[in-house]
Amino acid sequence: MARMKFLCDADRCIECNACVTACKNEHEVPWGINRRRVVTLNDGKPGERSVSMACMHCTDAPCASVCPVNCFYTTADAVVLHSKDLCIGCGYCFYACPFGAPQYPRVGNFGSRGKMDKCTYCTGGPEPDLSTIEYEKYGSNRLAEGKLPLCAEMCSTKALLAGDGEMIAQIYRERVIKRGYGSGAWGWKTAYRETVAI
Amino acid sequence: MRLGTTISRTFVAMMALVAVAAIDAPARAQAPTTAPNPTADSVNEDLLFKQDPKIHGRISIPDQKAANLIQPQGREWRLFHEGWMPWIGAAAILGMIAALALFFFTRGRIKLEHSEESGRKILRFNGFERFTHWMTASCFVILALSGLNYIFGKRLLMPIIGPEAFATLAQWAKYSHVYLAWPFMLGIVFMFAVWLRDNIPNRIDWQWIKAGGGFIGKAHPHAERFNAGQKVVFWMVTGFGTAMGITGLMMLFPFYATDINGMQVMQGIHSLIGVVFIAAILAHIYIGSLGMEGAYDAMGSGKVDLAWARSHHDLWVEKEQAKTASGPQLRPHQAPAE
Repeated sequence: MARMKFLCDADRCIECNACVTACKNEHEVPWGINRRRVVTLNDGKPGERSVSMACMHCTDAPCASVCPVNCFYTTADAVVLHSKDLCIGCGYCFYACPFGAPQYPRVGNFGSRGKMDKCTYCTGGPEPDLSTIEYEKYGSNRLAEGKLPLCAEMCSTKALLAGDGEMIAQIYRERVIKRGYGSGAWGWKTAYRETVAI
Repeated sequence: MRLGTTISRTFVAMMALVAVAAIDAPARAQAPTTAPNPTADSVNEDLLFKQDPKIHGRISIPDQKAANLIQPQGREWRLFHEGWMPWIGAAAILGMIAALALFFFTRGRIKLEHSEESGRKILRFNGFERFTHWMTASCFVILALSGLNYIFGKRLLMPIIGPEAFATLAQWAKYSHVYLAWPFMLGIVFMFAVWLRDNIPNRIDWQWIKAGGGFIGKAHPHAERFNAGQKVVFWMVTGFGTAMGITGLMMLFPFYATDINGMQVMQGIHSLIGVVFIAAILAHIYIGSLGMEGAYDAMGSGKVDLAWARSHHDLWVEKEQAKTASGPQLRPHQAPAE
């Protein structure tokens, strides 16, 4: 089985936010929740870079570790998913996550945050694949259809890569060697305790 | 003369210009030969982490909290919450239970000492005081159990009752934790207002502590309405209660007063104080019920045996009796003043 990862090539990202829009539309993500976002670093200064970020589906995921009801599970493709039936909306995953991935429908409303929502790597949830109930709770399940996450698939500059970690790391490595520079695989050290060696 | 000066000045200026151009020339000539390096000033993850513990940028969506790209501090919080907290919690609570059991089996129940005053009653806590105590106490018990559920539920209860039943229970535990926090905080405020007057530390407390509170040996050191031990409980409850309230509110209203790192710290303080608070209250429950005969009546009916009051709170009894010589504090069947 593959070990699915995301890699954002910041030297290619043009901050068009198409990945953000695609994700929101594909999964009909509610207002106020962004499963994916684009952050611009050093905005307006020389060396400005933009990075598209979502749940990184960490190795030994902190969210899963701190969850008081153990509602997280990791799929055979190493995608970190959770059950909205078990989630109690306590907010622990949101304290633990290094990437700000877990979000709640009503974050400012005490005691009733609602069920946590985050990027599913377009893999749905624990319900049967491609069922209506799965779509309503978690959005579409593109992996079950043999497709990769839509954010990466439709990235116009191919900055955002999704797929098997080895494979996308190789693509990135070849790019860096060919063009002679690269600002690195953002978040990989934090999420996977490794980086793409060039 | 004038013209000569002008010419010479112009010459000097021209020479200076030529000199500047000569110095500048190699730099200008070199520039186009080097290819533009787009990474020369490019931001780098390692460098950004050296400047700041989290990587922060600009974001175009309305949720400005999402402008934090990477904030790895959650790993330390995780280590604390999953690695340390279950052990700290278990040590505090089981340790206290073991200590109380040891005390019970060595010292035994502290018996009521009978005297000629036995059977007569004195009002120790009025209705409002008892209401305040029990409102806070009942909230505390549920808050403690639902709080411990966050740490121990998945480890102890979930394997027994299964994930679905446990998630339902945990959901209700969470709601009760969040909603009962309010009457609990109100109770802390009431307690502070009602009992502060009788809980100011003084010299008598020092004597009480030096005498070991009468726990060791048979002698009863002097005490006013509250002895030093009870004063410790008062200050512990109001202090810890306030701390729990503040840290809890920080988590109930995320981002109003603190960011994600602040909430991690708040959660840490909340859980640490929480387990110590629970352990301390276990001792309070023990001494107020099983540990001491006659003590429970104070918060039960509000009226305690005069003999008990005389031996445990002698100075308070004297004060009360002096205040009400005719004895409205005492049952009518007491010896009438003749």
